[in-house]
Amino acid sequence: MLLSIAWKNVWRNKLRSLIVIIAISLGLVGGIFSAAVMKGAAKDGVRGMIDNYISEIQIHQPLFKLNNETKYHIKNSNEFEKNIKNIEGVKSVSSRLKVTGMASSANSAVGVSINGINPEQEKLVTTIYKNILDSSGTYFETKSRNPAIISKRLAEKLKLRLRSKIILTFPTSDGSQIETAFKIIGVFKTTNSTYDKLNIYVNKSDLARLTGYSEDVSQEIAIRINKEASIDSIKSKISKNDSTLLVETWKDLVPTLAMSSGIMDQMILVFLIIILMALGFGIVNTMLMVVLERIKEIGMLMAVGMSKIRIFFMIMFETIFLSLVGGVIGMSISAVLIGYYNINGITFSGLDEAFEKFGYPTTIYPELEPTVYFTLSFLIILTGIIASIYPARKALKLNPVEALRSDA
Amino acid sequence: MKIIEVKNLNKIYHEGEINVHAVRGIDLVIEQGEFTAIVGPSGSGKTTLLNMIGGLDNPTEGEIVIDEINIGNLKSSQLTDFRMKNIGFVFQAYNLIPVLTAKENVEFIMHLQGKSKKERADRAIQLLEEVGLGERVNSRPSKLSGGQQQRVAVARALASKPKFILADEPTANLDSESTANLLDIMEKLNREENITFIFSTHDARVVNKARRVITIDDGKIMSDITK
Ligand SMILES: Nc1ncnc2c1ncn2[C@@H]1O[C@H](COP(=O)(O)OP(=O)(O)OP(=O)(O)O)[C@@H](O)[C@H]1O
Ligand SMILES: [Mg+2]
Repeated sequence: MLLSIAWKNVWRNKLRSLIVIIAISLGLVGGIFSAAVMKGAAKDGVRGMIDNYISEIQIHQPLFKLNNETKYHIKNSNEFEKNIKNIEGVKSVSSRLKVTGMASSANSAVGVSINGINPEQEKLVTTIYKNILDSSGTYFETKSRNPAIISKRLAEKLKLRLRSKIILTFPTSDGSQIETAFKIIGVFKTTNSTYDKLNIYVNKSDLARLTGYSEDVSQEIAIRINKEASIDSIKSKISKNDSTLLVETWKDLVPTLAMSSGIMDQMILVFLIIILMALGFGIVNTMLMVVLERIKEIGMLMAVGMSKIRIFFMIMFETIFLSLVGGVIGMSISAVLIGYYNINGITFSGLDEAFEKFGYPTTIYPELEPTVYFTLSFLIILTGIIASIYPARKALKLNPVEALRSDA
Repeated sequence: MKIIEVKNLNKIYHEGEINVHAVRGIDLVIEQGEFTAIVGPSGSGKTTLLNMIGGLDNPTEGEIVIDEINIGNLKSSQLTDFRMKNIGFVFQAYNLIPVLTAKENVEFIMHLQGKSKKERADRAIQLLEEVGLGERVNSRPSKLSGGQQQRVAVARALASKPKFILADEPTANLDSESTANLLDIMEKLNREENITFIFSTHDARVVNKARRVITIDDGKIMSDITK
């Protein structure tokens, strides 16, 4: 009975209720959708970083990580690589000869990380090959002496073009420096400008020859794993294989990336709570109007024997219903919008530059875990309950005689 | 049988610096089955008296005993419960819950009393038939005339099987035909079911229907005539 009266009371002043409901829905659509965009962006950003650069797991000599010196390498890396490939859940492996050096053109010079790779293997690990720009060459398919792939950003910085020569200076195995010309046969671009500027890809065989290392040596082994596989169990299996090596997951490698997705969830929650609080004030205001309008009716209800508790709950239920209707509409619209853009993507043109700086993709596929809707439903009900307390207390303070006598 | 006993009842309102002595030392006994009108000029204290008898307002002095219970000793929540179980109210207006139908309004009190669904529905329909609204059980108040609304209020007041019904100017907003009609129904309920009615009024035609007429002025009983 109380519930049914409360529900019917919501629709007494249809216009006013609709305005509140629309406000709640719009507020929530705005909040939920932006949350999904943030979440989608963060997730795509993480995915992009893993796909293009860092992979799920990387292996180094601990000292190589510390000072990037080439001499701290993994010996017998082909054998080691085979062992890793045998671990269940490992999808692909690439072992790289990696040196830190200088890239220079007639115009300028910058420090770079030179990755000596086996292109066929590397294709199974990183997606740089997919990011070769149109009419900007190929991924090691063009025949050339000392071919190199560099990013568009580095090319721009050094004022180089496809088929230009790029001079790479790097240390050899005996500690001396070597300066060699490479030919740019491909230009790529990913969403992460920092990594783009830093990395150059050359054939492992070329780099081995020039540095004097064997091709069975590598400074870095990158590992991709299957979707369902457990990254931590694979990590520990690799560590067992050779305990002297440093085995790191992407979370270890780029802690900020892992952290940002955790922080994101909390931020989204805080963000939604703030929106609900703002809406809550609007609800309080509306319910105060409701109580004021119904002073006589509430007085009558008290007079004929409706207890204060019941009156309190009647107003609380009405507030909850009002909030929930708005909430359900808002969440439904959000779910539909998110569903649509999750498939079709949203492109934020104009913001490309800013997004890329942080390693975020320019086309975003918003997404939100279904659990967020449950949390939200709970929060909306809570908002209704909290928003009803003040108006309901106002109603309880009424004295039936005065309420019935009032002119309202 | 004595159902209400009012002893030396006084009510003083404090309005700023001024004290309004609205009821001055009223003694009164109401017997089961009375059909009593309280009359008097505007501001004479009728509403104040009825509100105190109904447990809606606290006397400044004096006591009200209903069925051997001194209601001055009840806590606010007990009083609410007491009103629900023992007293039927009909006000001048705003008697009904606008979002409920006539039948639901009558059922409402029985719901508060925790009566079963079947009992509620049966009694609500029976009461609405008694007040001549058997056809309008599913109408909302806004679809009913003022007179019909007051009849629903009477049915609602009866629903809890109260000891008596207090009606403060129940006909004030009604035209003469509706007034007569409502009074006829109240009188019939009084005659056939021995239901006690105490009502206040300004209207001479209403006064004529009463069997006992208590005239008050300036908070005091001027005359108390039983026909
Ligand atoms: N809450 C209040 N505060 C101050 N004075 C009040 C209050 N309620 C009633 N009074 C005063 O008490 C007196 C009696 O009022 P009451 O409403 O009982 O009269 P009444 O006989 O019902 O009049 P009416 O026929 O106009 O309804 C009046 O002088 C009125 O102004
Ligand atoms: Mg009055």
